[in-house]
Amino acid sequence: MIGLGKRTPIAPLEYTRRLWMRAWVGLVLFFLYAPLITLVAFSFNDSRRNIVWRGFTFKYYEKALNNDSLMEALVNSITIAALATAVSVVLGALAAVMLWRFRFPMKAAAEGAMALPIVVPEICMGVAMLVFFAKIGFPTDLPWPFNLGAITIAHITFCFPFVTMVVRSRLASFNREEEEAAKDLGANEWQAFRDVLLPHMKPGLVAGALLAFTLSLDDFVITFFTSGPNTVTFPVKVYSMVRFSVTPEVNAASAMVIALTVILTTITLKMQSRMGTIAQGH
Amino acid sequence: MEDKQPIISIRNVSKRFGQVAAVDNVSLNIMPGEFFVLLGPSGCGKTTLLRMIAGFEIPTEGQILIDGQDMAKVPPNKRPVNMVFQSYAVFPHMSVADNVGYGLKIAGVGKAERESRVAEALELVKLDGFGTRKPNQLSGGQRQRVALARSLVMRPKVLLLDEPLSALDAKLRAQMQFELADLQDHVGITFITVTHDQDEALSMAGRIAVMNKGDIAQLATPSDLYEFPANRFVADFVGSVNLFEGRLTLDEPDRAAVDCPGLGKVYLNHGVTGPHGADVWVAIRPEKIYLHVPGAGKAIRGAAEDAPEGHNFARGQIKGMSYLGDITLYDIRLESGAMLRVSRPNLSRRDQEDFTWDDRVSMHWRADSAVVLLN
Amino acid sequence: MESWKNHKALFAAVATAPLTWLILFFLLPLGIVWLYSFGTNQGLTQIDISGTFANYARALEPLYLGILWKSVLVAGATTIICLVVGFPVALAIVFASDKWKPWLLLGIMLPFWTNLLIRTYALMAVLRTEGYANQTIGWLHDKFGGLMTLGGLPPPGAYEPMHLLYNNFAVIFGLVYVHLPFMVLPLYAALDKLDKSLIEASLDLGAGHLRTLLMIVAPLAAPGIISGIIITFVPALGAYLTPDLLGGPDSQMIANVIERQFKRANDWPFGAALSFILMYATFIAIAFQAMKARQAEARQ
Repeated sequence: MIGLGKRTPIAPLEYTRRLWMRAWVGLVLFFLYAPLITLVAFSFNDSRRNIVWRGFTFKYYEKALNNDSLMEALVNSITIAALATAVSVVLGALAAVMLWRFRFPMKAAAEGAMALPIVVPEICMGVAMLVFFAKIGFPTDLPWPFNLGAITIAHITFCFPFVTMVVRSRLASFNREEEEAAKDLGANEWQAFRDVLLPHMKPGLVAGALLAFTLSLDDFVITFFTSGPNTVTFPVKVYSMVRFSVTPEVNAASAMVIALTVILTTITLKMQSRMGTIAQGH
Repeated sequence: MEDKQPIISIRNVSKRFGQVAAVDNVSLNIMPGEFFVLLGPSGCGKTTLLRMIAGFEIPTEGQILIDGQDMAKVPPNKRPVNMVFQSYAVFPHMSVADNVGYGLKIAGVGKAERESRVAEALELVKLDGFGTRKPNQLSGGQRQRVALARSLVMRPKVLLLDEPLSALDAKLRAQMQFELADLQDHVGITFITVTHDQDEALSMAGRIAVMNKGDIAQLATPSDLYEFPANRFVADFVGSVNLFEGRLTLDEPDRAAVDCPGLGKVYLNHGVTGPHGADVWVAIRPEKIYLHVPGAGKAIRGAAEDAPEGHNFARGQIKGMSYLGDITLYDIRLESGAMLRVSRPNLSRRDQEDFTWDDRVSMHWRADSAVVLLN
Repeated sequence: MESWKNHKALFAAVATAPLTWLILFFLLPLGIVWLYSFGTNQGLTQIDISGTFANYARALEPLYLGILWKSVLVAGATTIICLVVGFPVALAIVFASDKWKPWLLLGIMLPFWTNLLIRTYALMAVLRTEGYANQTIGWLHDKFGGLMTLGGLPPPGAYEPMHLLYNNFAVIFGLVYVHLPFMVLPLYAALDKLDKSLIEASLDLGAGHLRTLLMIVAPLAAPGIISGIIITFVPALGAYLTPDLLGGPDSQMIANVIERQFKRANDWPFGAALSFILMYATFIAIAFQAMKARQAEARQ
């Protein structure tokens, strides 16, 4: 098959240069992005029913930003994400070091248990959390931010295994001889950890933190099950708005969430590529 | 020479991993100021032994004393030795100066003193001015020097080096062999190096311990190791060698003779050391055998006049030749069918033309060339 | 790696917090749910763990079994479509030039990072009767209708918008939309590790591209394919939002039924039993994958 441009003929293995491949990938990308792009585009549409394009406006963004309950929900979700991330990073890092460094009885069981929250369907986890908090009688009328406690605990539980995974893969590239060199030069266990292992782990911790934050912010099912009547979180609030209708205000709120996601993802990817270059310096 | 105390004394040390003994009842003494090399194939236990001296492995049995002190309960960060690791283990997130100064910082040395000692160490390894660079900006050889400086700045009693030259390319390796020996001479402390490369060992070491399967096969100076190997393993591992089985026919304190079915009759002008049995091995190095140039007569290369008639003489046919520039290696099939390797220096520029494949040749060797090995 | 006994204090320091958390806030809650699945409702708030299998039996009644089965079918259809659509995409990324590779990967993964709710909502906007899909098709319909009169054919009637939303089609469409990146990534990882010279050898020996793909590439990339299938099938099986927002009254999937038990019907034991049936299905799928992975390793 000859290529589109008459540059060089296509080698047998250069599948990506073939027309039908490119068309397929193009279609798939269109399929994936078109709904999102139209959603963002129509958030600027000056029309309530939002079917036909009528004009460019920011007013629905204003409306969304002025929607007190929506903003309160957003603040709640960000708070939860921040708290959950902080705790998840610590737990995840500890678990990663534990699995990377030590042999211990029933290690395989521990590894399996650590992987479970990643693998278990979200609804099962949501149900488990709901049941658990009901059973232990977790109070539902605490002042802010303690009323977010149940949701935060649930988020930490499903976020920290992801952090463990990321940090563990970063630890795998650690040269143990560096730790031995530090000890050889006089450092004790703690000093060696602080001066040599921790700096190596850092990109992994940051990547893990970003992952945890995104997962927490993004979560619906588990949050839905652990939210009480007076703890409104962003996904639950948007869900109630979405169930009713397709309005430009929801588009605007959604577009803001997309923007947030894109920013976080970009930062994560930048970190990942930096992790890659630092690893090469070894 | 005055009677010095060993700086490192290894007494009946064994290290077992499960059922496998990586180090099996090894005892040895290393004297201060030595350049000592642990040589052996991979898996022989040399690195394990080194790590036990450094404190990263605990001996299953036995004692290690450094400067007379038992290291049994002493962790690696408290021992008066420092190690240069095989991967160099330079801290990637610290500058060169911070790397070199790390040990001093941990020890609580003040900033001013630290800076001057770091500069001194960098100068010692010829990296002056490199203080602010980061490790990922350095070549492999430069990173090794950083590792060296980092250890030497601590003024240890002993410096341990784990395969220091294995990651370097051939030319750099040759250069570093000189530099390391020079450095050791200059600094004066004891160096213990682990390597599998016998060229490295022979050129740098004052004494070599050849290890095999957790045991010491022989402990000797480089020349003694090469010319007086104690057993077949050492004879074969260090340099190349021709080995033939035989029966001892003459066994006197100052001379001996062996009858080898493969090689013929061998006469030695020295006695056989060690317990005497009838079945022995004869080892003779390739360069010790004189090939007779056809038509030139025995006089050209000197005659084997120091052996009785019929001894130290062989005939064969050239079956392989490797021209290496400075020498040529010949693989000769002897009349018995056994193969013999001979190494011949190309003393004149046309020497390699003296022989070609399938030439029938005769050769001899001197009475002090062969060595009898008992195991 | 060293034995925990060498540094007992250090081990305790690292291991206590995560393991305690995991046990207290994950294994224990799951355990309670498991116990509840053998329980019966006593009054409004009490649950008596009577060791009964009634809840599981009820789950196998035709009504619920039908929903379970439908969930499996929907998840299966989603997985197959994702596989068929995603495989060429993964292939394209593997063989793309180094300049384009990271961008293509990013392009496929970025939607995955976008909020699920938002993505599903976007689909609602596309698929509803006044949505963009119907608008586009209606526009095309009218334009082509005009063209048809040119050819002497009677003009078609007014455009009847297609019912693309609130039915099974929408659910499957939505699930594929959401899970496609999940499928592409493991496929890409497996294909990337493949030794390209194997493909070249096959072509050199006379096989065409399609046969090479089926007989050489697919079997060798099998662990990755199975990975992709599992991490598409299992979440699709337990999907809640997509069938809830995009589905019609008969598009209920197992997660929706579970939610109803806990939020509205207040039949927690039954909900617990259903949850665990979903868990068992997940475990079976993972065990299957682990077995296949070990087989592949043994082969190498």
